[in-house]
Amino acid sequence: MLSQQITTLIDKELKKYPADQRQSAVMAALRFVQDEKGWIAPADMTDIADYLGMQQMAVYEVATFYHMYNLKPMGRHTLTVCTNLSCQLCGSGDTLAHIHKRLGIGLGEVTPDGKYGLREGECMGACVDAPLLTINNKKMCGRLTSEKIDQILAELDKQ
Amino acid sequence: MNAPILLNTLHFDQPWTLENYLKVGGYQALRKVLAEKMSSDAIIAEVKASGLRGRGGAGFPTGLKWSFMPRNYQGEKYLVCNSDEGEPGTCKDRDILRYNPHMLIEGMAIAAYTMGVKTGYNYVHGEIFEAYERMEAACEEARKAGYLGKNILGSDFEFDLHNHMGYGAYVCGEETALLESIEGKKGQPRFKPPFPASFGLYGKPTTINNTETFASIPYIIREGGKKFADIGVPNSGGVKLFSISGHVNKPGNFEVPMGTPFRKLLEMAGGVRSGHKLKAVIPGGSSMPVLPGEIMMDLNMDYDSIQRAGSYLGSGAIIVMDETTCMVKALERLSYFYHEESCGQCTPCREGTGWLYRIVHRIEHGEGRPEDLDLLLDLCNNIAGRTICALGDAAAWPVQGMLKHYRNEFEYHIEHKRCLV
Repeated sequence: MLSQQITTLIDKELKKYPADQRQSAVMAALRFVQDEKGWIAPADMTDIADYLGMQQMAVYEVATFYHMYNLKPMGRHTLTVCTNLSCQLCGSGDTLAHIHKRLGIGLGEVTPDGKYGLREGECMGACVDAPLLTINNKKMCGRLTSEKIDQILAELDKQ
Repeated sequence: MNAPILLNTLHFDQPWTLENYLKVGGYQALRKVLAEKMSSDAIIAEVKASGLRGRGGAGFPTGLKWSFMPRNYQGEKYLVCNSDEGEPGTCKDRDILRYNPHMLIEGMAIAAYTMGVKTGYNYVHGEIFEAYERMEAACEEARKAGYLGKNILGSDFEFDLHNHMGYGAYVCGEETALLESIEGKKGQPRFKPPFPASFGLYGKPTTINNTETFASIPYIIREGGKKFADIGVPNSGGVKLFSISGHVNKPGNFEVPMGTPFRKLLEMAGGVRSGHKLKAVIPGGSSMPVLPGEIMMDLNMDYDSIQRAGSYLGSGAIIVMDETTCMVKALERLSYFYHEESCGQCTPCREGTGWLYRIVHRIEHGEGRPEDLDLLLDLCNNIAGRTICALGDAAAWPVQGMLKHYRNEFEYHIEHKRCLV
């Protein structure tokens, strides 16, 4: 079952599109589920399909096509580190090494307490702030250094 | 340096507000169009005179594109802004979205008026959520102030704009993949023809332009196309935002006239990072062939100059590499990217990008074979030009550029199983 909060958000999104094009809201619907639960389970996709009047397979196709959807639990705080060329030149390798040192996880892994997950990102369109990461696809942190990463983790530890 | 045209609100504490945009002449162009009841032909003529070419990377003349929209079509037509900025190195549109969202809204409203469109969508790159939120707020602000919605500025012109967020797919920067994505599908590019002007979003006539392209429109209408053209050089009119990233002291976005010498832009970015020498530059986003630093130092940043040197201006994203950069490692990362982002629809791209990545990967890891370099070039020839969209070409060009200028580094890697640098 989609929560009332999610259906309210989807309804607001649906107003952007023609009444007969409910499928246009599928990307947003998947995003809302991930924001609430941290990841998207097949049962959520079925719920979205029912709500938008789509084939379940069509929702699955979208969920698996776009990289930013978590199709398995990725921790309460998913850190996505861009490793593309501008970030690589500016030290994204050091970013990953420092996060590994601090949290003991590599790409695609989650800390045993389920608090942090680490993902590799493709170009985030903020290359002048390289190297950078996003937190839960919402907040972007750039020009990372070991100290700055420590600060970010200290902030997140408080939450 | 001239006063900025695109990022003209940056001197305010809150550059993104309607109030501040109005202080720098915001919405005057839209006001003029509506007050003078300018004809579509007159607006398109002005845009053509400006020499404005698509700022997303392809450089297609904007006025010409607008003229493709059917005039007498009965029914819904759409206008779409491509803010899905994911070409590695490029981050200029993000600054327009977050610092000058109303300039984009005004540009799109003028375009919508010109082409008889009532609904527009702005497709925002998934990773820049803060810019998406900024756009959502700006649209709401514009709606309340009567710049979007019904009876805009008291006229009978009606246009509303909605933001649609991507969620991590480079290929959606291709305009028909982007349309599929708005329709709630996998972002796989469509076969063309039919082109979007006849069969676009939801099967209706649609025009798609880049964020920076739309943002250039208000100035062109307010000040005249010729004035915009004269800022640049022949065949490359106007100003352009360049993103400079990589090994420079002060990476950033810089708004300069088209045709500005690369040497000057590099200076604006604080020069190559301290204590290092310029080695190579990718002049227009990661898909464009790399050029050696000494060639770049003599080039101007406009379409023709870069093309004569064997690369392209693309999106205007300049990636600077100093002498510590291993070109094999750089190419390995780029090839991984195209492999990862291939939508899988066309066999040459789906399979070929995997081949490219695996071969460069094995060279980087000391397992390269002498015949690999010719194999790479052979693969490129079998990918480029044989796919529905340009992602195939985008995967091949960096490989061809690297092997053209830095083949010796690849040979060294294969022979000695380690880096030359």
